[in-house]
Amino acid sequence: MIGVIDYKAGNAPSVLNALRALNIKAELVSTPEALRPLTGIILPGVGSARATMDSLRELRLIPALEEKVFGEKTPFLGICIGMQILMEYSAEGETPCLGWLKGRVERFDGAVRIPQMGWNEVAFRRRDPILANLKEKEYFYFVNSYYVRPAAEEVVLATTNYGREFCSMLAWGPLYATQFHTEKSGAAGLQLLKNFALLAGGERDADETSHCLF
Amino acid sequence: MNVRVIPCLDVKDGRVVKGVNFEGVREVGDPVAFGKHYAQEGADELVFLSIAAAQEDWTRVLSLVKTLTSQISIPLTVGGGLATLGQVEEVFAAGAAKVSISSAAVKNPDLLTQVVKRFGGERLVLAVDAKRPAPAAAGWEVYINGGMTPTGLDLLTWVAQAEQIGVGEILLTSIDADGTQDGYDCEMLRAVSEHVKLPVIASGGAGKLEHFREAVQKGKAAAVLAASLFHFGTYSIREVKEDLAAAGIPVRLYNLNSGQVWL
Repeated sequence: MIGVIDYKAGNAPSVLNALRALNIKAELVSTPEALRPLTGIILPGVGSARATMDSLRELRLIPALEEKVFGEKTPFLGICIGMQILMEYSAEGETPCLGWLKGRVERFDGAVRIPQMGWNEVAFRRRDPILANLKEKEYFYFVNSYYVRPAAEEVVLATTNYGREFCSMLAWGPLYATQFHTEKSGAAGLQLLKNFALLAGGERDADETSHCLF
Repeated sequence: MNVRVIPCLDVKDGRVVKGVNFEGVREVGDPVAFGKHYAQEGADELVFLSIAAAQEDWTRVLSLVKTLTSQISIPLTVGGGLATLGQVEEVFAAGAAKVSISSAAVKNPDLLTQVVKRFGGERLVLAVDAKRPAPAAAGWEVYINGGMTPTGLDLLTWVAQAEQIGVGEILLTSIDADGTQDGYDCEMLRAVSEHVKLPVIASGGAGKLEHFREAVQKGKAAAVLAASLFHFGTYSIREVKEDLAAAGIPVRLYNLNSGQVWL
Protein backbone atom coordinates (compact mmCIF):
# COMPACT_ATOMS: atom_id res chain seq x y z
CA MET A 1 0.00 0.00 0.00
CA ILE A 2 1.17 3.51 -0.90
CA GLY A 3 0.61 6.15 1.76
CA VAL A 4 0.20 9.83 1.02
CA ILE A 5 1.12 11.93 4.04
CA ASP A 6 -1.71 14.26 4.92
CA TYR A 7 -0.91 17.16 7.19
CA LYS A 8 -4.11 19.04 6.26
CA ALA A 9 -2.48 22.07 4.70
CA GLY A 10 -0.87 20.04 1.93
CA ASN A 11 -2.19 18.90 -1.41
CA ALA A 12 -2.60 15.27 -0.39
CA PRO A 13 -6.13 15.07 -1.91
CA SER A 14 -4.75 15.94 -5.35
CA VAL A 15 -2.07 13.25 -5.14
CA LEU A 16 -4.59 10.69 -3.92
CA ASN A 17 -6.90 11.66 -6.81
CA ALA A 18 -4.14 11.02 -9.32
CA LEU A 19 -3.18 7.64 -7.80
CA ARG A 20 -6.81 6.53 -7.74
CA ALA A 21 -7.24 7.54 -11.37
CA LEU A 22 -4.29 5.24 -12.11
CA ASN A 23 -6.08 2.45 -10.23
CA ILE A 24 -3.33 2.39 -7.64
CA LYS A 25 -4.33 1.57 -4.10
CA ALA A 26 -3.40 4.44 -1.81
CA GLU A 27 -4.51 6.03 1.42
CA LEU A 28 -3.96 9.22 3.35
CA VAL A 29 -1.79 8.76 6.44
CA SER A 30 -1.07 11.13 9.30
CA THR A 31 0.17 8.97 12.18
CA PRO A 32 3.46 7.11 12.82
CA GLU A 33 1.46 3.88 13.26
CA ALA A 34 -0.15 4.22 9.84
CA LEU A 35 3.30 4.52 8.22
CA ARG A 36 4.46 1.09 9.38
CA PRO A 37 2.74 -1.20 6.87
CA LEU A 38 3.38 1.06 3.86
CA THR A 39 5.49 -0.13 0.92
CA GLY A 40 5.81 3.40 -0.49
CA ILE A 41 5.47 6.88 0.94
CA ILE A 42 4.59 10.12 -0.84
CA LEU A 43 5.12 13.43 0.91
CA PRO A 44 3.27 16.11 -1.04
CA GLY A 45 3.93 19.64 -0.05
CA VAL A 46 2.79 23.15 -0.56
CA GLY A 47 3.08 26.20 1.58
CA SER A 48 6.22 27.04 3.45
CA ALA A 49 9.12 24.88 4.57
CA ARG A 50 8.59 25.97 8.17
CA ALA A 51 4.87 25.16 8.23
CA THR A 52 5.58 21.74 6.72
CA MET A 53 8.36 20.96 9.21
CA ASP A 54 6.13 22.12 12.08
CA SER A 55 3.29 19.87 10.89
CA LEU A 56 5.56 16.83 10.57
CA ARG A 57 6.88 17.46 14.09
CA GLU A 58 3.42 17.94 15.57
CA LEU A 59 2.27 14.70 14.01
CA ARG A 60 5.42 12.98 15.41
CA LEU A 61 6.13 11.63 11.93
CA ILE A 62 9.84 12.38 11.52
CA PRO A 63 11.41 9.45 13.45
CA ALA A 64 8.91 7.04 11.86
CA LEU A 65 9.70 8.38 8.38
CA GLU A 66 13.43 8.04 9.00
CA GLU A 67 13.00 4.47 10.16
CA LYS A 68 10.99 3.63 7.04
CA VAL A 69 13.33 5.31 4.56
CA PHE A 70 16.76 4.61 6.07
CA GLY A 71 15.97 1.49 8.10
CA GLU A 72 13.62 -0.35 5.76
CA LYS A 73 14.65 1.38 2.49
CA THR A 74 11.00 2.07 1.71
CA PRO A 75 10.68 4.06 -1.53
CA PHE A 76 9.85 7.69 -0.77
CA LEU A 77 8.68 10.45 -3.11
CA GLY A 78 8.77 14.08 -1.98
CA ILE A 79 6.87 16.62 -4.06
CA CYS A 80 7.60 20.38 -4.11
CA ILE A 81 8.06 21.44 -0.46
CA GLY A 82 8.25 17.70 0.17
CA MET A 83 11.48 17.83 -1.86
CA GLN A 84 12.84 21.01 -0.32
CA ILE A 85 12.62 19.84 3.30
CA LEU A 86 14.91 16.89 2.49
CA MET A 87 17.78 19.40 2.50
CA GLU A 88 19.57 20.61 5.62
CA TYR A 89 18.31 24.16 5.53
CA SER A 90 15.86 26.39 3.68
CA ALA A 91 16.38 30.11 3.12
CA GLU A 92 12.58 30.38 3.30
CA GLY A 93 12.07 31.64 6.83
CA GLU A 94 15.61 30.43 7.69
CA THR A 95 14.26 26.99 8.44
CA PRO A 96 16.30 23.96 9.54
CA CYS A 97 14.96 20.99 7.58
CA LEU A 98 15.22 17.18 7.68
CA GLY A 99 18.81 17.06 6.43
CA TRP A 100 18.38 13.69 4.76
CA LEU A 101 20.52 15.07 1.94
CA LYS A 102 23.31 17.62 2.21
CA GLY A 103 22.38 20.91 0.64
CA ARG A 104 20.31 24.06 0.89
CA VAL A 105 17.13 25.60 -0.46
CA GLU A 106 17.51 29.01 -2.10
CA ARG A 107 15.12 31.61 -3.49
CA PHE A 108 15.05 32.37 -7.22
CA ASP A 109 16.52 35.74 -8.02
CA GLY A 110 17.26 37.88 -11.02
CA ALA A 111 14.93 38.85 -13.82
CA VAL A 112 12.34 36.11 -13.43
CA ARG A 113 8.79 36.30 -12.15
CA ILE A 114 8.38 34.83 -8.69
CA PRO A 115 6.84 32.36 -8.12
CA GLN A 116 7.68 30.23 -11.13
CA MET A 117 4.21 29.19 -12.24
CA GLY A 118 3.52 26.93 -15.18
CA TRP A 119 4.87 24.18 -17.44
CA ASN A 120 8.63 24.05 -17.75
CA GLU A 121 11.07 21.62 -19.37
CA VAL A 122 12.61 18.90 -17.26
CA ALA A 123 15.77 17.32 -18.72
CA PHE A 124 16.71 13.95 -17.23
CA ARG A 125 20.39 13.21 -16.73
CA ARG A 126 20.30 9.43 -16.60
CA ARG A 127 17.92 6.52 -16.77
CA ASP A 128 16.18 5.33 -13.64
CA PRO A 129 13.26 2.94 -13.06
CA ILE A 130 11.10 5.90 -12.00
CA LEU A 131 11.53 7.33 -15.51
CA ALA A 132 10.19 4.30 -17.40
CA ASN A 133 8.33 5.35 -20.58
CA LEU A 134 9.39 8.97 -20.20
CA LYS A 135 11.57 10.66 -22.79
CA GLU A 136 14.80 12.58 -22.15
CA LYS A 137 12.87 15.80 -21.73
CA GLU A 138 9.29 16.32 -20.63
CA TYR A 139 7.08 19.21 -19.54
CA PHE A 140 5.97 19.28 -15.92
CA TYR A 141 3.97 21.80 -13.91
CA PHE A 142 5.89 23.97 -11.45
CA VAL A 143 4.76 26.33 -8.70
CA ASN A 144 7.77 27.46 -6.66
CA SER A 145 9.73 30.44 -5.43
CA TYR A 146 12.56 28.33 -3.96
CA TYR A 147 14.70 25.51 -5.38
CA VAL A 148 17.08 22.93 -3.93
CA ARG A 149 20.87 23.02 -4.24
CA PRO A 150 22.06 19.56 -3.23
CA ALA A 151 25.73 19.40 -2.26
CA ALA A 152 26.32 16.17 -4.18
CA GLU A 153 25.91 16.31 -7.97
CA GLU A 154 25.20 12.60 -8.16
CA VAL A 155 21.79 12.96 -6.50
CA VAL A 156 20.57 15.25 -9.31
CA LEU A 157 18.31 13.25 -11.62
CA ALA A 158 16.96 16.16 -13.65
CA THR A 159 17.45 19.85 -14.20
CA THR A 160 15.30 22.75 -15.38
CA ASN A 161 16.02 26.33 -16.36
CA TYR A 162 14.32 29.25 -14.68
CA GLY A 163 16.66 32.20 -14.80
CA ARG A 164 19.28 29.63 -13.81
CA GLU A 165 19.65 25.88 -14.07
CA PHE A 166 18.32 24.15 -10.97
CA CYS A 167 17.74 20.61 -9.73
CA SER A 168 14.12 19.74 -10.54
CA MET A 169 14.29 16.07 -9.56
CA LEU A 170 16.60 14.06 -7.34
CA ALA A 171 17.16 10.39 -6.62
CA TRP A 172 19.30 8.73 -3.97
CA GLY A 173 18.72 5.16 -2.87
CA PRO A 174 15.04 4.85 -1.91
CA LEU A 175 14.66 8.64 -1.95
CA TYR A 176 13.02 10.39 -4.88
CA ALA A 177 11.84 13.96 -5.06
CA THR A 178 10.40 16.33 -7.64
CA GLN A 179 10.20 20.10 -7.49
CA PHE A 180 7.35 19.95 -10.02
CA HIS A 181 3.82 18.86 -9.19
CA THR A 182 3.81 15.49 -10.88
CA GLU A 183 0.18 14.98 -9.82
CA LYS A 184 -0.85 18.01 -11.93
CA SER A 185 1.43 17.40 -14.90
CA GLY A 186 -0.77 15.58 -17.39
CA ALA A 187 0.23 12.27 -18.94
CA ALA A 188 3.96 12.54 -18.14
CA GLY A 189 3.23 13.34 -14.51
CA LEU A 190 0.88 10.40 -14.15
CA GLN A 191 3.44 8.10 -15.78
CA LEU A 192 6.02 9.16 -13.21
CA LEU A 193 3.59 8.56 -10.33
CA LYS A 194 2.71 5.17 -11.77
CA ASN A 195 6.40 4.27 -12.08
CA PHE A 196 6.96 5.24 -8.46
CA ALA A 197 3.98 3.15 -7.36
CA LEU A 198 5.30 0.15 -9.30
CA LEU A 199 8.76 0.33 -7.79
CA ALA A 200 7.13 0.76 -4.38
CA GLY A 201 5.17 -2.46 -4.84
CA GLY A 202 1.89 -0.63 -5.40
CA GLU A 203 -1.10 -2.80 -6.19
CA ARG A 204 -3.31 -1.95 -9.09
CA ASP A 205 -6.29 -3.21 -10.98
CA ALA A 206 -5.76 -5.26 -14.13
CA ASP A 207 -7.73 -2.88 -16.32
CA GLU A 208 -5.35 -0.03 -16.98
CA THR A 209 -7.35 1.52 -19.77
CA SER A 210 -10.48 2.26 -17.78
CA HIS A 211 -9.29 5.70 -16.79
CA CYS A 212 -7.94 8.23 -19.16
CA LEU A 213 -6.67 11.43 -17.67
CA PHE A 214 -5.26 14.49 -19.32
CA MET B 1 8.74 29.99 -18.99
CA ASN B 2 6.00 28.86 -21.31
CA VAL B 3 3.08 31.25 -21.56
CA ARG B 4 -0.03 29.52 -20.21
CA VAL B 5 -3.32 29.40 -22.10
CA ILE B 6 -6.20 29.08 -19.66
CA PRO B 7 -9.87 28.53 -20.47
CA CYS B 8 -12.24 29.90 -17.85
CA LEU B 9 -15.44 28.15 -16.85
CA ASP B 10 -17.95 30.59 -15.40
CA VAL B 11 -20.39 28.30 -13.64
CA LYS B 12 -23.91 29.15 -12.49
CA ASP B 13 -26.50 26.63 -11.30
CA GLY B 14 -24.13 23.82 -12.26
CA ARG B 15 -23.76 24.97 -15.88
CA VAL B 16 -21.09 26.88 -17.77
CA VAL B 17 -22.44 30.30 -18.65
CA LYS B 18 -20.95 33.33 -20.31
CA GLY B 19 -21.48 36.77 -18.88
CA VAL B 20 -20.97 39.80 -21.07
CA ASN B 21 -19.68 42.84 -19.23
CA PHE B 22 -20.55 41.05 -16.00
CA GLU B 23 -24.28 41.17 -16.82
CA GLY B 24 -26.76 38.97 -18.62
CA VAL B 25 -25.61 35.36 -18.39
CA ARG B 26 -26.07 32.85 -21.18
CA GLU B 27 -25.80 29.10 -20.69
CA VAL B 28 -23.27 27.18 -22.79
CA GLY B 29 -22.83 23.72 -21.24
CA ASP B 30 -21.62 21.14 -18.74
CA PRO B 31 -18.50 22.20 -16.78
CA VAL B 32 -17.05 18.69 -16.47
CA ALA B 33 -17.41 18.00 -20.21
CA PHE B 34 -15.89 21.39 -21.06
CA GLY B 35 -13.04 20.94 -18.59
CA LYS B 36 -12.11 17.50 -19.88
CA HIS B 37 -12.24 18.70 -23.45
CA TYR B 38 -9.91 21.62 -22.73
CA ALA B 39 -7.47 19.44 -20.80
CA GLN B 40 -7.32 17.04 -23.77
CA GLU B 41 -6.81 19.97 -26.12
CA GLY B 42 -3.72 21.06 -24.20
CA ALA B 43 -5.00 23.77 -21.86
CA ASP B 44 -2.25 24.56 -19.36
CA GLU B 45 -4.65 25.10 -16.49
CA LEU B 46 -8.36 25.57 -15.94
CA VAL B 47 -10.15 28.26 -13.98
CA PHE B 48 -13.56 27.51 -12.48
CA LEU B 49 -15.41 30.62 -11.30
CA SER B 50 -18.66 30.11 -9.54
CA ILE B 51 -21.00 32.97 -10.34
CA ALA B 52 -23.14 34.13 -7.44
CA ALA B 53 -21.68 31.41 -5.24
CA ALA B 54 -23.11 33.14 -2.21
CA GLN B 55 -26.62 32.24 -3.29
CA GLU B 56 -25.70 29.08 -5.07
CA ASP B 57 -25.75 25.62 -3.61
CA TRP B 58 -22.22 25.41 -2.22
CA THR B 59 -22.40 21.63 -2.00
CA ARG B 60 -22.98 21.45 -5.72
CA VAL B 61 -19.95 23.64 -6.43
CA LEU B 62 -17.74 21.37 -4.32
CA SER B 63 -19.15 18.26 -5.94
CA LEU B 64 -18.47 19.66 -9.42
CA VAL B 65 -14.91 20.56 -8.42
CA LYS B 66 -14.38 17.07 -7.07
CA THR B 67 -15.71 15.43 -10.24
CA LEU B 68 -13.68 17.71 -12.48
CA THR B 69 -10.39 17.29 -10.60
CA SER B 70 -10.78 13.53 -10.57
CA GLN B 71 -10.98 13.52 -14.36
CA ILE B 72 -8.21 15.90 -15.34
CA SER B 73 -4.58 16.09 -14.30
CA ILE B 74 -3.84 19.73 -14.97
CA PRO B 75 -4.18 22.39 -12.27
CA LEU B 76 -7.64 23.73 -11.50
CA THR B 77 -8.12 27.12 -9.87
CA VAL B 78 -11.44 27.61 -8.13
CA GLY B 79 -12.94 30.98 -7.27
CA GLY B 80 -16.08 33.05 -7.15
CA GLY B 81 -17.42 34.28 -3.85
CA LEU B 82 -14.86 32.54 -1.63
CA ALA B 83 -15.00 34.48 1.62
CA THR B 84 -13.85 32.26 4.48
CA LEU B 85 -10.88 30.10 5.36
CA GLY B 86 -13.34 27.21 5.78
CA GLN B 87 -14.51 27.52 2.17
CA VAL B 88 -10.90 27.65 0.96
CA GLU B 89 -10.14 24.48 2.90
CA GLU B 90 -13.17 22.72 1.38
CA VAL B 91 -12.15 23.70 -2.14
CA PHE B 92 -8.62 22.35 -1.61
CA ALA B 93 -9.99 19.16 -0.08
CA ALA B 94 -12.11 18.76 -3.25
CA GLY B 95 -8.86 18.65 -5.26
CA ALA B 96 -8.36 22.23 -6.45
CA ALA B 97 -4.74 23.23 -7.06
CA LYS B 98 -5.33 26.91 -6.35
CA VAL B 99 -8.04 29.20 -5.07
CA SER B 100 -8.93 32.59 -6.44
CA ILE B 101 -10.17 35.26 -4.06
CA SER B 102 -11.57 38.58 -5.20
CA SER B 103 -14.15 40.71 -3.34
CA ALA B 104 -13.53 39.12 0.04
CA ALA B 105 -9.85 40.07 -0.19
CA VAL B 106 -10.71 43.75 -0.52
CA LYS B 107 -13.24 43.64 2.31
CA ASN B 108 -10.90 41.61 4.52
CA PRO B 109 -7.23 41.53 3.43
CA ASP B 110 -6.54 39.43 6.52
CA LEU B 111 -8.20 36.52 4.70
CA LEU B 112 -5.28 36.58 2.23
CA THR B 113 -2.80 36.51 5.10
CA GLN B 114 -4.59 33.54 6.65
CA VAL B 115 -4.65 31.58 3.39
CA VAL B 116 -0.96 32.31 2.75
CA LYS B 117 -0.04 31.16 6.24
CA ARG B 118 -2.16 28.03 6.15
CA PHE B 119 -1.85 26.83 2.55
CA GLY B 120 1.00 28.80 1.03
CA GLY B 121 0.79 31.89 -1.15
CA GLU B 122 1.63 29.95 -4.29
CA ARG B 123 -1.84 28.37 -4.17
CA LEU B 124 -3.55 31.74 -3.86
CA VAL B 125 -4.63 33.74 -6.89
CA LEU B 126 -5.79 37.29 -6.28
CA ALA B 127 -8.53 38.08 -8.80
CA VAL B 128 -8.81 41.79 -9.48
CA ASP B 129 -11.50 43.47 -11.56
CA ALA B 130 -10.49 46.99 -12.49
CA LYS B 131 -11.40 49.87 -14.77
CA ARG B 132 -10.48 53.44 -15.43
CA PRO B 133 -12.63 55.68 -13.26
CA ALA B 134 -13.05 58.09 -16.21
CA PRO B 135 -11.78 58.00 -19.83
CA ALA B 136 -9.15 60.67 -19.24
CA ALA B 137 -8.22 59.61 -15.71
CA ALA B 138 -4.83 58.26 -14.74
CA GLY B 139 -4.63 54.82 -13.15
CA TRP B 140 -7.34 52.24 -12.53
CA GLU B 141 -9.81 51.57 -9.76
CA VAL B 142 -10.51 48.16 -8.20
CA TYR B 143 -14.14 46.99 -8.32
CA ILE B 144 -15.78 44.20 -6.34
CA ASN B 145 -19.01 42.20 -6.39
CA GLY B 146 -18.67 41.06 -9.99
CA GLY B 147 -17.51 44.45 -11.21
CA MET B 148 -20.53 46.27 -9.78
CA THR B 149 -19.09 48.09 -6.78
CA PRO B 150 -16.24 50.62 -6.94
CA THR B 151 -13.90 50.50 -3.96
CA GLY B 152 -11.84 53.66 -4.31
CA LEU B 153 -8.80 51.39 -4.17
CA ASP B 154 -6.00 52.08 -6.65
CA LEU B 155 -5.12 49.02 -8.74
CA LEU B 156 -1.33 49.30 -8.48
CA THR B 157 -1.46 49.96 -4.74
CA TRP B 158 -3.67 46.90 -4.27
CA VAL B 159 -1.55 44.46 -6.28
CA ALA B 160 1.62 45.64 -4.53
CA GLN B 161 -0.06 45.10 -1.16
CA ALA B 162 -1.15 41.62 -2.24
CA GLU B 163 2.39 40.77 -3.35
CA GLN B 164 3.64 41.92 0.03
CA ILE B 165 1.09 39.68 1.76
CA GLY B 166 2.40 36.80 -0.33
CA VAL B 167 -0.23 35.88 -2.95
CA GLY B 168 1.06 33.73 -5.83
CA GLU B 169 -0.36 35.46 -8.88
CA ILE B 170 -2.79 38.08 -10.14
CA LEU B 171 -5.78 37.32 -12.35
CA LEU B 172 -6.43 40.73 -13.83
CA THR B 173 -9.76 41.42 -15.52
CA SER B 174 -10.46 44.65 -17.30
CA ILE B 175 -14.13 45.49 -16.73
CA ASP B 176 -14.07 47.83 -19.72
CA ALA B 177 -12.65 45.18 -22.08
CA ASP B 178 -14.51 42.12 -20.75
CA GLY B 179 -17.04 40.75 -23.19
CA THR B 180 -16.14 43.22 -25.94
CA GLN B 181 -13.85 40.86 -27.89
CA ASP B 182 -11.85 43.97 -28.81
CA GLY B 183 -8.66 42.80 -27.10
CA TYR B 184 -7.18 42.77 -23.62
CA ASP B 185 -6.41 46.05 -21.87
CA CYS B 186 -2.67 45.86 -22.55
CA GLU B 187 -1.89 49.17 -20.94
CA MET B 188 -3.39 48.07 -17.63
CA LEU B 189 -1.75 44.63 -17.93
CA ARG B 190 1.64 46.12 -18.54
CA ALA B 191 1.32 48.57 -15.68
CA VAL B 192 0.57 45.72 -13.26
CA SER B 193 3.18 43.35 -14.73
CA GLU B 194 5.87 45.99 -14.38
CA HIS B 195 4.74 46.93 -10.88
CA VAL B 196 4.99 43.45 -9.33
CA LYS B 197 7.20 40.36 -9.84
CA LEU B 198 4.16 38.08 -9.63
CA PRO B 199 2.87 36.35 -12.76
CA VAL B 200 -0.15 38.16 -14.19
CA ILE B 201 -2.99 36.37 -15.99
CA ALA B 202 -4.66 38.52 -18.65
CA SER B 203 -8.45 38.36 -18.62
CA GLY B 204 -11.23 40.14 -20.44
CA GLY B 205 -11.52 41.12 -24.06
CA ALA B 206 -10.00 38.31 -26.16
CA GLY B 207 -11.72 38.07 -29.52
CA LYS B 208 -9.00 37.46 -32.11
CA LEU B 209 -5.78 35.48 -32.21
CA GLU B 210 -3.64 38.60 -32.23
CA HIS B 211 -5.14 39.66 -28.89
CA PHE B 212 -3.34 36.81 -27.14
CA ARG B 213 0.06 37.79 -28.48
CA GLU B 214 -0.59 41.43 -27.66
CA ALA B 215 -1.33 40.51 -24.04
CA VAL B 216 2.07 38.83 -23.83
CA GLN B 217 4.15 41.18 -25.98
CA LYS B 218 2.58 44.51 -25.03
CA GLY B 219 0.98 43.60 -21.73
CA LYS B 220 3.82 41.36 -20.42
CA ALA B 221 1.23 38.81 -19.29
CA ALA B 222 2.49 35.42 -18.04
CA ALA B 223 -0.78 33.73 -18.98
CA VAL B 224 -3.84 34.45 -21.10
CA LEU B 225 -7.36 33.55 -20.09
CA ALA B 226 -10.48 33.43 -22.21
CA ALA B 227 -13.96 31.97 -21.94
CA SER B 228 -16.59 32.41 -24.64
CA LEU B 229 -14.07 32.35 -27.46
CA PHE B 230 -13.15 28.80 -26.49
CA HIS B 231 -16.65 27.73 -25.43
CA PHE B 232 -18.17 28.70 -28.76
CA GLY B 233 -15.28 27.15 -30.69
CA THR B 234 -14.10 30.38 -32.30
CA TYR B 235 -10.55 29.18 -31.67
CA SER B 236 -9.12 26.00 -30.19
CA ILE B 237 -6.42 26.01 -27.52
CA ARG B 238 -4.03 24.67 -30.13
CA GLU B 239 -4.78 27.46 -32.61
CA VAL B 240 -4.02 30.02 -29.93
CA LYS B 241 -0.80 28.26 -28.98
CA GLU B 242 0.34 27.87 -32.57
CA ASP B 243 -0.23 31.56 -33.15
CA LEU B 244 1.73 32.45 -30.00
CA ALA B 245 4.53 30.12 -31.07
CA ALA B 246 4.61 31.69 -34.54
CA ALA B 247 5.21 35.03 -32.80
CA GLY B 248 8.20 33.53 -31.01
CA ILE B 249 6.41 33.21 -27.67
CA PRO B 250 7.26 29.97 -25.81
CA VAL B 251 4.25 27.68 -25.25
CA ARG B 252 3.78 24.03 -24.30
CA LEU B 253 2.96 22.80 -27.76
CA TYR B 254 5.88 20.96 -29.26
CA ASN B 255 7.26 17.59 -28.29
CA LEU B 256 10.52 18.44 -26.55
CA ASN B 257 12.25 15.36 -27.92
CA SER B 258 11.18 15.43 -31.55
CA GLY B 259 10.21 19.03 -32.15
CA GLN B 260 6.88 17.85 -33.59
CA VAL B 261 3.57 19.41 -32.61
CA TRP B 262 2.10 16.93 -30.16
CA LEU B 263 -1.13 18.51 -29.00
